[in-house]
Amino acid sequence: MRVAEAWRVALEALRANRLRSMLTMLGVVIGVAAVVALVAIGTGTKNQIENQVEGLGSNLLIVVPGRLEAGAAPTSSPLTLDDVEAVNRIVGDRSRVAVTISSGEAVRAGSRTGFASMQGVLETTPTVFVRRLDRGAYLTRTDVSTGRRVVVLGAGVARDLFGDRDPIGRQITIGGVRFRVVGTFEQLGQSLGVDRDGEVHVPVTAAQRLLGTERIDGLAIRAPDRERIGELSAAVVAALTDRHPDTDFSAVTQEQILGVLGDILGVLTGVLAAIAGISLLVGGVGVSNIMLVSVRERTKEIGLRKAVGARPRDIGVQFLLEAVLLTTTGGILGMLLGGTTALLVDRFTPVPAALTWWSMALAFGVSAAVGIVFGVVPAQRAGRLDPVVALRTE
Amino acid sequence: MTAAIVADNVSRTYQLDGVSVDALRGVSLTVETGDYVAIVGTSGSGKSTLMHLLGGLDRPTGGTLLIGGRDVARLTPDEMAELRNTTIGFVFQSFHLLARTTAQDNVGLPLVYRGVGRRERRERAAAMLDRVGLGHRVTHRPNQMSGGEQQRVAIARALVTGPSVLLADEPTGNLDSATGQSVLALLETLNADGVAVVLVTHDREVAARAHRQIRMKDGLIA
Ligand SMILES: Nc1ncnc2c1ncn2[C@@H]1O[C@H](COP(=O)(O)OP(=O)(O)O)[C@@H](O)[C@H]1O
Ligand SMILES: [Mg+2]
Repeated sequence: MRVAEAWRVALEALRANRLRSMLTMLGVVIGVAAVVALVAIGTGTKNQIENQVEGLGSNLLIVVPGRLEAGAAPTSSPLTLDDVEAVNRIVGDRSRVAVTISSGEAVRAGSRTGFASMQGVLETTPTVFVRRLDRGAYLTRTDVSTGRRVVVLGAGVARDLFGDRDPIGRQITIGGVRFRVVGTFEQLGQSLGVDRDGEVHVPVTAAQRLLGTERIDGLAIRAPDRERIGELSAAVVAALTDRHPDTDFSAVTQEQILGVLGDILGVLTGVLAAIAGISLLVGGVGVSNIMLVSVRERTKEIGLRKAVGARPRDIGVQFLLEAVLLTTTGGILGMLLGGTTALLVDRFTPVPAALTWWSMALAFGVSAAVGIVFGVVPAQRAGRLDPVVALRTE
Repeated sequence: MTAAIVADNVSRTYQLDGVSVDALRGVSLTVETGDYVAIVGTSGSGKSTLMHLLGGLDRPTGGTLLIGGRDVARLTPDEMAELRNTTIGFVFQSFHLLARTTAQDNVGLPLVYRGVGRRERRERAAAMLDRVGLGHRVTHRPNQMSGGEQQRVAIARALVTGPSVLLADEPTGNLDSATGQSVLALLETLNADGVAVVLVTHDREVAARAHRQIRMKDGLIA
């Protein structure tokens, strides 16, 4: 009953000072909106990157020369196709092993020119990674063994060189050497910041001849199941180290990549939320300030209420509710603002954003807590006012 | 029958910036049930200080004060609040009504702190407004009423919980004399119905109509 009255009075007080209430709320609104929007962007980015890593294929093991450490110098690869044969024997299924040697090359078809990331690969690429063709066929085992000059175009390259025309069977040059187009990839977009549509795939043997090398950059293995990844990784690294004692080899799994990226993005999201939290705190200080003003303005009312029987607690609860009402209203508005901002960002900018219920609940809970924490001091001050002194105030 | 209020050698010293002011210096006074006491005296003689003590708004710094038979020195702040709510009705010179609040809800305010529901509050407030002659002003707000009407609302508020004592500190101080007379007449009617009234006034005639007169001078009863 008394609480109902306290609610009514708190609501009335906020309505009576509408403009001031709004301005006070603004701090909380912005703080909560910032928390919700920034957490949404952090979460969206994390989801996107996870999808991209998972989209590469499943149970992948990527083996490269050198150490995977921050600050480690890039190592030139000693790997050749003979090493791949050795790895094939360990894996026991050549369709599960892919290789790559890559190089940026100028491409041309007729009068149209462009630039592509040439990937020298085995015919196994589509069975190791997820790569879907739009038209034609992928490279064959014969293409690789004979070093045939055939090429599968990324969607972007195909568009640059051929527009809407069908490129299958046509000639292009890569680094000045003629290749015949046998297929095109489906559009893939970016993954991990790399434009996958700018790739062209050629047989690794043809690429090696073009580049004048026997080397490959690295290899990828698709393990038959998750449990065998660790075992396989150790065996492959041991075999390669045996063949090249002077070189370190590193094997990373998708899970490790996801783990590292997830950690980084988790920290980033946390930092963003903390920065936003500070603005929420500033909003809370504003609330405290206004509540003290409100107590001072309504000293007489407090005195009168006490004179007719209000206990210190009744007065305290009234002002505490006023503060909480102020911050939770701000919190709800902030959630709406932050949520809307996140949706707009997700829709109209390249930055992904994903709203999470926990961030909304957290922001709302925090705004209520801010009201309580920053309302307590003014509320106590109001509750303790001496009625005689309060009534005398003019 | 126990007296409504008993003050025995009560004193009140204010501390103001390190200087102590003896506003009351040992006052003894008994307000009987149904009593009608007028307190007179020059400005600054301690009348309001005494009223605040009698009404449980303040505590004495010396002596013993019993309100409704209870020693205020032993009461917690919550118990003091309850005393102000149920045993005492206070009427101030400057009305002290809540602005933006109707006469009815102003009168019902003390019932809020008794846990009375809104509907019953409004019924009892309307009945009390009727009793002070404002049955037609139930939904008016203070700024829509004259000073005399506002003071009647304040009196209705003081009476709504059915207290045994009504304390009125210069209730006509802000009113013109005709309006003041009608407010005093109301207080006398209420007293005739059994409520003890303690009235601070400057009007000798009014004071003369009380059962007893108490003259204050320099914090003492002269
Ligand atoms: N809160 C206070 N602090 C300090 N002195 C006060 C306070 N209240 C009243 N006084 C002093 O106490 C004396 C009595 O005041 P008051 O009871 O208001 O007199 P009256 O109502 O008879 O005019 C005056 O000297 C006044 O200045
Ligand atoms: Mg006075």
